[in-house]
Amino acid sequence: MAPGWGGTLLVGLLHSLEIAIGATFLGLLIGTAGAFGKLYGGPVTRDLLAVYTTVVRAVPELVLILLLYYAGTDLINQVLAAMGYSRVDISGLAAGIFVLGFVQGAYSTEVIRGAILAIPQGQIEAARAYGMPPGLMLRRITIPAMLPFAIPGLANLWLIATKDTALLAVVGFFELTLATRQAAGVTKAYLIFYLAAGVLYLAVTLFSNVIISRVEAWSRRGMPSVKEAR
Amino acid sequence: MSEATAINVAARASLWLQPHRIVLILIALALVFCAVFFLRWDWLPQYWQMGLMGIWRALWILAVTCALGFALAVPLGLAQAGGPFWFAVPAKVFCTIIRGTPLLLQLWLLYYGLGSIFPQYPWIRESWMWPYLRQAWPYAVVALTFSFAGYEGEVMRGAFAGVPKGQLEAARAFGMSRWKIFRRIWLPQAFYRALPTLTGETVLQLKSTPLVATISVIDIFAVSSKVRQDTYLTYEPLLLLALIYMTITGILVLIFSRIEARIPVKIG
Repeated sequence: MAPGWGGTLLVGLLHSLEIAIGATFLGLLIGTAGAFGKLYGGPVTRDLLAVYTTVVRAVPELVLILLLYYAGTDLINQVLAAMGYSRVDISGLAAGIFVLGFVQGAYSTEVIRGAILAIPQGQIEAARAYGMPPGLMLRRITIPAMLPFAIPGLANLWLIATKDTALLAVVGFFELTLATRQAAGVTKAYLIFYLAAGVLYLAVTLFSNVIISRVEAWSRRGMPSVKEAR
Repeated sequence: MSEATAINVAARASLWLQPHRIVLILIALALVFCAVFFLRWDWLPQYWQMGLMGIWRALWILAVTCALGFALAVPLGLAQAGGPFWFAVPAKVFCTIIRGTPLLLQLWLLYYGLGSIFPQYPWIRESWMWPYLRQAWPYAVVALTFSFAGYEGEVMRGAFAGVPKGQLEAARAFGMSRWKIFRRIWLPQAFYRALPTLTGETVLQLKSTPLVATISVIDIFAVSSKVRQDTYLTYEPLLLLALIYMTITGILVLIFSRIEARIPVKIG
């Protein structure tokens, strides 16, 4: 194995993780807003959100990434041109986070909506009866009560996000898979580099699983264990 | 009878067609109208045949990999649910590796990685497999099959484990052989349990098929990329592509909901 390329892979991994973390957070924001819109919004909001989640979940991520990547950069540049600024190059990192976050948002909307619906309704009614304003209710009642139901789904989404970053290689963003391809292409040691990248991805997944099970146990504290509840 | 159903349909339609929906549908139609008339579609006559070939190839890959993947998922699930540990551990490791790495990487590992190893061995080059190993599609089929098997194997594990013990004990009490228990009792009930997730997995698999375009298999995604390169159009081919995938997804969901409706509801 040629020396020096290991560092390239690690830089790629770092970029992948940056995008995955950013996209997951953006997805969580969109998802929380989307879930509340779907549950408590007006009829138009609900229908638009239904279109959003259905379309995003029915079209391949690769196609969405291309569409949003071109449409997003085009749109920003046209807005800038209309306001009298010159065109800018959108950084791959920002574009990647935006695109994957938009996709993740559709999935997390459904996860969070399901989790909120799983909260015993009396808890929310009680909060309302005490005259809690919506923001306080969200912070003190809805989010803590929905977490145990939402975390398995959201954890799954995080794992999907880490793997979906690989798709950005097709748009030419330098992340782990593209780094691997370049390293393999130059050194001709294809198998070694692809295996190494696989090990890196797997390590991220396995490490995430350890953290996730901790977080899950924390979010379920004080609740009956899954086996007893059945 | 028919009158009652007609009234029922009309009531449901009026419930669904609320005023704001009509406005939204009109806006959507206006958008479609703009897309049809203001975007360029003059490349369609030249490429539609290629596009149909691409759709056919994507569907063919989808069907083959789902069927093979499911056939592989059954032993994987069975090994994890009730097998001795020297079956269970390799199956678990396989599922973990497949689910823990991106499909794109697996695809490239097989195509570029293994594909670069094979030609070094003369006996492979002289064997009957060589004409196939030189093409891209066998690698695509293998990678997508493994991916489907990995995800569905985990589902099947849960499905096999979820079949009530009493059913299997009753079958054993009737003197059924192990193979017969598996064929008549265990597998059908596990399959019914796994069916709802099978819809989702198949749609996910459909959404994975465009990845094969990255290893030079000409599916519908590759056709749209070619159109984009040839005509320098960005949005038109991609929008049409998204529409095609949405249509296929809709048809898949419809077919599966038909199948699901035929299955007895209350299980276990």
